[in-house]
Amino acid sequence: MSEITFLPVLLWSDVLIWLLVLAALALGFLSSRNPLLRAAWQRVGRSRPGMAAATVLLFFLIAGLLDSIHYRPQLPGREAGQPPAYAVEVLSLLDAAASPLRTRSEKTYSEPLATRAYAKEAIELREADGSVRQMRDFPRLTFGGAHLQGDEARHDADIVNRALRAEALACALWAAFAAACACLLARRRGCPVHEMARALLRGETDFAWTSVLSTLAVLLLLLLPIAALCVDYHVFGTDKVGQDVLYQVLKSVRTALVIGLVTTLVTLPLAILLGIFAGYFRGRVDDLIQYLYTTLSSIPGVLLIAAAVLMMQVIIDTHPQWFATAAERADLRLLALCFILGLTSWTSLCRLLRGETLKLRELEYIQAAHAFGVSDLRIIIRHILPNLMHIVIIALVMDFSSLVLAEAVLSYVGIGVDPIMFSFGNMINNARMEMAREPMVWWSLAAAFVFMFALVLAANLLADAVRDAFDPRQAGAA
Amino acid sequence: MLAYLVRRLLYAIPILIGVNLITFALFFIVNTPDDMARMQLGVKRVTAEAIAKWKVERGYDKPLFINAQAAGAGVLTDTIFFAKSARMFVGDFGRAEDGRDIAREIRTRMGPSLAIALPTFILGLMVTISFALLLAFFRASPLDFWGVVLCVALMSISGLFYIIGGQFLISKLWRLVPISGYSGGLDAWKFLILPVLIGIVSGIGSSARWYRTIFLEEINKDYVRTARAKGLSELAVLFGHVLRNAMIPILTGVVVVIPLLFMGSLLTESFFGIPGLGSYTIDAINAQDFAVVRAMVFIGSVLYIVGLMLTDISYTFVDPRIRFE
Amino acid sequence: MTIVRLACLSLFILLASCSSEQNDPYPASERGKNILYAAFTERPKHLDPAQSYTEDEYTFTEQIYEPPLQYHYLKRPYTLIAATADTVPVPRYFDAKGKALTADAPTEDIARSVYEIRIRPGIRYQPHPAFAVDDAGKPLYIDNDRGKLRGIATIADFAHSGSRELVADDYIYEIKRLAHPRLHSPIFGMMAGRIVGLKELGAALQRAAQDQPEETWLDLDRFALEGVTRVDRYTLRITLAGKYPQFVYWLAMPFFAPVPREVDRFYSQPGMAEKNLTLDWYPVGTGPYMLTENNPNSRMVLARNPNFHAETYPCEGEAGDRAAGLLADCGKALPLIDRAIFSREKESIPYWNKFLQGYYDASGISSDSFDQAVRLNVSGDVQLSEEMRERGIRLLTSVRPSTYYMGFNMLDPVVGSRDGVGEQRSVKLRQALSIAIDQEEFISIFMNGRGVAAMSPLPPGIFGYRQGEAGIDPVVYDWVDGKAKRKPVEAARKLLAEAGWPDGRDAKTGAPLVLNLDTTSGGMGDKSHVDWLTRQFGKLDIQLVVRATDFNRFQEKLRKGAVQLYFLGWNADYPDPENFFFLLAGAESKVAHGGENTSNYASPEFDRLFAEMKDMDSGQQRLAIISRMNRLLQQDAPWIFGFHPTSYTLGHAWLHNRKPTDVGNNSLKYQRIDVALREAQRRAWNEPVLWPLAVGVLVLLSVVLPAFVSYRRRERGTARS
Repeated sequence: MSEITFLPVLLWSDVLIWLLVLAALALGFLSSRNPLLRAAWQRVGRSRPGMAAATVLLFFLIAGLLDSIHYRPQLPGREAGQPPAYAVEVLSLLDAAASPLRTRSEKTYSEPLATRAYAKEAIELREADGSVRQMRDFPRLTFGGAHLQGDEARHDADIVNRALRAEALACALWAAFAAACACLLARRRGCPVHEMARALLRGETDFAWTSVLSTLAVLLLLLLPIAALCVDYHVFGTDKVGQDVLYQVLKSVRTALVIGLVTTLVTLPLAILLGIFAGYFRGRVDDLIQYLYTTLSSIPGVLLIAAAVLMMQVIIDTHPQWFATAAERADLRLLALCFILGLTSWTSLCRLLRGETLKLRELEYIQAAHAFGVSDLRIIIRHILPNLMHIVIIALVMDFSSLVLAEAVLSYVGIGVDPIMFSFGNMINNARMEMAREPMVWWSLAAAFVFMFALVLAANLLADAVRDAFDPRQAGAA
Repeated sequence: MLAYLVRRLLYAIPILIGVNLITFALFFIVNTPDDMARMQLGVKRVTAEAIAKWKVERGYDKPLFINAQAAGAGVLTDTIFFAKSARMFVGDFGRAEDGRDIAREIRTRMGPSLAIALPTFILGLMVTISFALLLAFFRASPLDFWGVVLCVALMSISGLFYIIGGQFLISKLWRLVPISGYSGGLDAWKFLILPVLIGIVSGIGSSARWYRTIFLEEINKDYVRTARAKGLSELAVLFGHVLRNAMIPILTGVVVVIPLLFMGSLLTESFFGIPGLGSYTIDAINAQDFAVVRAMVFIGSVLYIVGLMLTDISYTFVDPRIRFE
Repeated sequence: MTIVRLACLSLFILLASCSSEQNDPYPASERGKNILYAAFTERPKHLDPAQSYTEDEYTFTEQIYEPPLQYHYLKRPYTLIAATADTVPVPRYFDAKGKALTADAPTEDIARSVYEIRIRPGIRYQPHPAFAVDDAGKPLYIDNDRGKLRGIATIADFAHSGSRELVADDYIYEIKRLAHPRLHSPIFGMMAGRIVGLKELGAALQRAAQDQPEETWLDLDRFALEGVTRVDRYTLRITLAGKYPQFVYWLAMPFFAPVPREVDRFYSQPGMAEKNLTLDWYPVGTGPYMLTENNPNSRMVLARNPNFHAETYPCEGEAGDRAAGLLADCGKALPLIDRAIFSREKESIPYWNKFLQGYYDASGISSDSFDQAVRLNVSGDVQLSEEMRERGIRLLTSVRPSTYYMGFNMLDPVVGSRDGVGEQRSVKLRQALSIAIDQEEFISIFMNGRGVAAMSPLPPGIFGYRQGEAGIDPVVYDWVDGKAKRKPVEAARKLLAEAGWPDGRDAKTGAPLVLNLDTTSGGMGDKSHVDWLTRQFGKLDIQLVVRATDFNRFQEKLRKGAVQLYFLGWNADYPDPENFFFLLAGAESKVAHGGENTSNYASPEFDRLFAEMKDMDSGQQRLAIISRMNRLLQQDAPWIFGFHPTSYTLGHAWLHNRKPTDVGNNSLKYQRIDVALREAQRRAWNEPVLWPLAVGVLVLLSVVLPAFVSYRRRERGTARS
């Protein structure tokens, strides 16, 4: 009988993330049945930048989803008859996959791909006669390039060698994937494979396969060497306490995704409900809802967030018994931050939906349905809600990037995610001090910058494509 | 018009009361009077009597909202909420927890905030609108495409990076302007160049892209085609017709922020050591100075409401067809 | 857009052409003047001597106010010398019947100690409107009201000012102010237990303050203070209950600086406080400097006090001071610098860069944020980088009289001793943790080596600190090769196994040992600290949960004793072992008595020794008791002794006479600037780099020109078609 060696942990944000995945699947299903939405998605599929961005986002998403399945490993050294004990540390599948990155900590800073520490240190050498001699040198890293052992001269050759092999593998993988694509597409269309391949290369397909494939090529060429090197080197260096920066960046992705997606998700029902009610019922209801969102939006955002974050902090601090692990506490704080950010951002969506509903309810067929005595709820669900979907989808994708950027600023002010949580904001906040060091420690900031930029840029490009495809006004303009 | 404005003003009162209630409730859950006393009295050697004394002196020993002991109107007025919040409606912001007069502090800090925010706003608007017009003029050309890509790239960079990078390059490596600091009067210009520049560059991406879409929308309208058919030069069309008609959507987004310029920018001010309202707010958040934060929230809300009204008024200037009844 | 950009650029170029120091943050008119430039990070909350109690504030207050005593600038260990007094007072002791006792009388016999302080005649206050008098000798600004204050925004707006001689009454007035109900002096509670009659005065003042309207002046001279009396114009007598040898240290702190009655009256006039015209904002003193500009949001300016009494630079110091050039100015009249301009610098990167550019003469007393930015080099020890040495930057270090520790809450069932797992187990657990947490590595990673690992609560430089083998913590260290060497982790694991948690698991139930560390988010709560600590606890397979909270919440938890482990530090008020050991005295228990003993450590043996030690004069006998106390603490391990931070300041080559002091902050008057060198260096270091501007113009042109050409082409095209 096999024993369970881990304790699954379901964090609240995990629940929401997987709910989000379900919702996305449901939306996909609904879209495929609704001709209008299907057409819109097809327009998205035709957008080259949009599809290139989607490909990049897919990679981020995979990292984020892997990081959203959590468990507590069992502690070793259990004797017979004792109940199993689990570590207080909560790990995720991503941690398991990246466990060399997670566990191989140096003492302190080291440069990307270095084999020695970034600064000289006093090293004690014991002479033959037993006396102790001190000398200053760059100490060898415990893990970075450890496989080279004494042969550090091989360092450059080893890296080039590994990188080249990885590139070759990337080319092969890409070729295989492209061929598979061509075959599948050819079969679906019933045309010869080589014709399909030519169409793919020339970008003559309806769906922007060319940009997907070329983005994939670039990503593979970039990521595989990193993957090949990160096993034995610290590709992006290590930070103050010697932790691998690549690992931190990977872990930050989930935080960014949660902030960007869950925030909109948790406030969406509120915005939709109130927006439609205000527009549909007008009168007192409208006044009340307008009052609510005008009041909320007239409080300066940062201050509202600061107050709410501090308040939540107090609540969390006064109820330590709610959390078995630090991860759960950090997670709740993250979620609370999402709610709070949502609190300040739902008002604009609500206003948009209200305006649109006001217009819709005057339409003849809805007036007619009204006259026939169809219930309000039914009208809202059958006729109004579907016609608002494009606004909701646009808002969802448009908010993503600004929320990710907002997290960085809030963490700087000290009212962002939990300080022990990996996030781009925390990374920047810790790293900006390192810019003042002599010599400068630049890699943490650079890594955070590159990954954050890639994520937000991809999100922005996809958002553009989605907006162009869904917004009837935009369709003509662009 | 006047009647409309009066109504808007009256409408503002319940909103401000709401704002006050929300912030008051939020901050009092966070910060009990005990906490405030400890924060102000320091860490070393604080006794319970000292805290009790501090609370009595600052009026924090009263009940929060309803004073059951008091007689008559005192039930409502002899409370912390009334004493600390309601007085703000008549412009009395009281004192910060360290005993300094808030209104006076706000007056002295307004100048530096505006010195940064106004040039950033005006120059930023000019630069972004001209950039957007340029893109609109060269629409569907490589210049347009790369311009939009540039915009998207610019807006994908966190504001923190602009500040860190700008300070590093321009002040540290190239030594062109002081890294931080501020001085009143005419000497201020050399301190302002960098933050203003960074402010403009960091805002260019999103606004220029947005203005461009607005312009393109206008360009595709019939009257523009008519104008062009009349033989007007492209520039005349852009400036004479497109810009004018695109003003309404631009104004909607822009005018509302003008009054908020007073509030300053939290990040810029603290990175560049500018003694404005933004850094005042950050200090207050860090020091958990409830009185200051409450005052800033109140002012922010008032300014926001003023901004909404200004937006409405500005419509009538741009488009004489709009009338409020 | 083009026009705007071009305008901007031409502005840059214009600016570049007019001088070499484009980035000079100060007005050009200040160049070449004898002005010291420094920065401050936290705006001082209080400048009133009865209230100010932090180092940020002392940077200013100690230059302005003169308490009767001061520390010798150069001598170490710190030595008290007279400032405005003529000598350091020696207490006289009396028993309960009023009979005089000798200095070596047993402590329990001493009922009163009397300090008689004689002030030197002829010392004068800085010019101030509160002293301004008309021809008849009547104060000028005594009946201000809001109307008269209309045109006045700062203290400089008063047309007249005056001065007067310092007298003993001014000191008495300030001591009474410690009991002032509106001032909340942080030491009132403590002093009320020492100075005879201060407590009663506090109660009387409280009653009086309630009876009179808020805005009126509470004349303290109407109230008597039994323990503080005026002997003659220049002499005051302070009577303390019992023996309190540490009292002289307090006499060197601004709490005991003189405040003239007329100043208090002046600032108490209606309408003054609204304009920030308070002693808290515009201090008045006899010190070498006076505050001429107070804008805590951006800058504070200290200027030489024209009335400063004669004081000369010391001629003797510690060994090595002469070689360091610290005695070169022997006998010169102080102060040596005309003005000191302190600019507010909240962000550490600009602060650091401005220092490197020569726009700050020295880094401030290492405040937290500066500490983080200034990585002298990435290595773990205090050394200047090559480049900085070439620039002539000098590094000054000294161990500060402070200690950082990770405390165990002794009321906790697991790590504490009382009940729960039992005394034996928890002591071993605490000892094991003391060994496992590698303070040396902490110092090297997080403090760049700027600290020494602590062996006991006492930092070096405090009486009772012992170097060498006798001073090490035998529980945690071995003495190997003439050095203290941390015991191996195996020793800790062994202790832990003996405590009943082999491999971090309860020997009986197999449950893992989970410990909670409470800390503030800014302190140990940041990510890198947490990672590091988790690794340290991981050495023993102990699971660590770090609970970071905001400061208030943390304090509240300490008050309630709702912590297990916590991280704290203590800065000494005065250099005496009593000021460290009282943090562990049973009578100071946080939970029981609201004191400073946050660990709630209560050992009858320790308390007995503490009571014996605290009122003793420093000597062999005291040293022996202190050693016994240290051994006790090391065995019981209520704290994991952390480290004593080394304060370091960096100074440029042109700034002379700097010696790190940690107890006296009135060091400004001793410093000297070589202005010519500063000018030359600043010019050399701040040559602007102009090519980026040229590149910028080129890039702009390369975009604009093709655009213009294609515009012309298109226009022509439409014209033709």
